[in-house]
Amino acid sequence: MATDITFEQVNYWYQAGTPFAVHALKDINLKIKPGSFTAVIGQTGSGKSTLIQHFNALLKPTSGTVTIGDRVITNATKNKHLKPLRKKVGMVFQFPENQLFEETVIKDIAFGPQNFGVSEADAQALAKRMAGEVGLDESLLSRSPFDLSGGQMRRVAIAGVLALEPEVLVLDEPTAGLDPRGRSEIMQLVTRLREEQGLTIVLITHQMDDVANYADHVIVMGHGKLLKQGSPRAIFSDPAWLEDHELGLPSATKLAYELQQGGFHFDQMPLKIAELADQIVPQLPKGAITHE
Amino acid sequence: MNKVMFGRFIPGHSWVHRMDPRAKLVLSFLYIAVVFFANDFWTYLIMTLLLLASVVASAIPLGVYIRGLLPLFWLMIFTVLIQVFFGVGGHVYWQWGWLVVSQDGLNSAGLILMRFVLIILVSTILTFTTEPLEIADGIESLLSPLKKLHFPVATLALMLSLALRFVPTLMDEAEKIMNAQRSRGVDFGEGGLRQRVRTIVPILIPLFVNAFNRAIEISTAMEARGYQDGENRTKYRQLKWHRVDTASLVIYVISLSAVIGLRYFS
Ligand SMILES: Nc1ncnc2c1ncn2[C@@H]1O[C@H](COP(=O)(O)OP(=O)(O)OP(=O)(O)O)[C@@H](O)[C@H]1O
Ligand SMILES: [Mg+2]
Repeated sequence: MATDITFEQVNYWYQAGTPFAVHALKDINLKIKPGSFTAVIGQTGSGKSTLIQHFNALLKPTSGTVTIGDRVITNATKNKHLKPLRKKVGMVFQFPENQLFEETVIKDIAFGPQNFGVSEADAQALAKRMAGEVGLDESLLSRSPFDLSGGQMRRVAIAGVLALEPEVLVLDEPTAGLDPRGRSEIMQLVTRLREEQGLTIVLITHQMDDVANYADHVIVMGHGKLLKQGSPRAIFSDPAWLEDHELGLPSATKLAYELQQGGFHFDQMPLKIAELADQIVPQLPKGAITHE
Repeated sequence: MNKVMFGRFIPGHSWVHRMDPRAKLVLSFLYIAVVFFANDFWTYLIMTLLLLASVVASAIPLGVYIRGLLPLFWLMIFTVLIQVFFGVGGHVYWQWGWLVVSQDGLNSAGLILMRFVLIILVSTILTFTTEPLEIADGIESLLSPLKKLHFPVATLALMLSLALRFVPTLMDEAEKIMNAQRSRGVDFGEGGLRQRVRTIVPILIPLFVNAFNRAIEISTAMEARGYQDGENRTKYRQLKWHRVDTASLVIYVISLSAVIGLRYFS
């Protein structure tokens, strides 16, 4: 069964009823459709991480309802029997390498499925497959996860969540702190999972290029409110508004706006580098491009 | 984990917030010492009024203090019950086997409870109104005479302030790790004892690994900026004794002397 996630009038307060209370989510309504790729953007402190922790009921709304598949979560929901949700919605936290603890990489990846009753042998087989999926060399499997590089640890952690075989994969800034190459490898992994296994993806990111290249739906958060949602094209069509909210443009779009000042014409603002190139080439003076 | 109020700092500009941390430390210690001299209605009345006056001067609602007491509720109940059943003497109200509720038992239970609450509340005033690092500075300054005896006061204070600084960080981190492991299907606080102990491992190991890594980073950063143990360092925060401190000291000394006076000379 396809799992969709719906928020109705969701409010969340951290430490409600104390002098430290923080109203972190304000009246959020949204829907994550099965098979979609949703990007969540917004300045730091805008409530992105708080939002996604409702997706697998790690947090329960202070008021309002969150519906995950056929489960309805409200403030009154008991903490028991939430485990099936954790399997349906896999959650990769910011700096997930901080959750590793087993003696070997393979044991760490196999930890999740074993919590859901998968036998040790089956879990290890699954772990091996997932390690391959995220591009970890087989020789690393028997090493301690603490001896790996930062990028490798990140992959182990992601494999550990994939091993739950979730339907929805939620990632909180999975590329933070990685080099450009590591970043693009993780992003390619995510798109491949979506295309090959039909996973629903929710991605928190500060990289507008990733939003432009991969997402089909964008949620913009600001000060705990959902400011705007829509297709990347709709969101990036208003640079002034984005600037007001301290958000950037994808690099292709940014360059296109600059070229527009210089007399270039665009029928539709490009989001990806390839689109940009397609639109500029016909406008270049003859002889400007030389083929070598 | 988010609900713990005990030992937290609540920013503000009240009379108590503006006091020198040394004054607050000294007054809290004096108060706690004198609590043990209080023994009858009048002495407890003075102690209670002094405490309430300090609560008011801290401009933090009494309800917040009470919430700070709640985590200790069971400990209080337990202490009271022990006192009720094991303090013997005086009129016996109720007896069942070796369980006896006597007048002396009730008296000493009431006394202990009262002391308990007063001591917790006065330390809570200190922690609510004083930043942890200020407390560390205050302790360092108060202990500074020990330097003459070659006691490593500055090192001790540094250890203390680092520890205090990282308690909230560690708690946040523990929460994050727990959430990550929950997402991988761990049920905390469920199952038998063995099961529960097993669920601690996936929290403790990452927590320790991170704490050690952070300790190494901090020490590198400190050395890179020229820190050397045992060298005299200047302070960014200067402790200054103000009129509020003298005024508070006077009020405390008068009230606390009255308690001791009532106990010994009435
Ligand atoms: N455990 C907590 N207790 C109290 N307040 C919190 C807690 N976690 C987050 N907050 C507050 O809630 C608000 C939203 O935080 P959140 O972590 O969701 O932001 P974010 O959009 O993920 O930011 P970033 O981009 O920096 O990760 C912030 O104001 C933050 O200070
Ligand atoms: Mg975040």
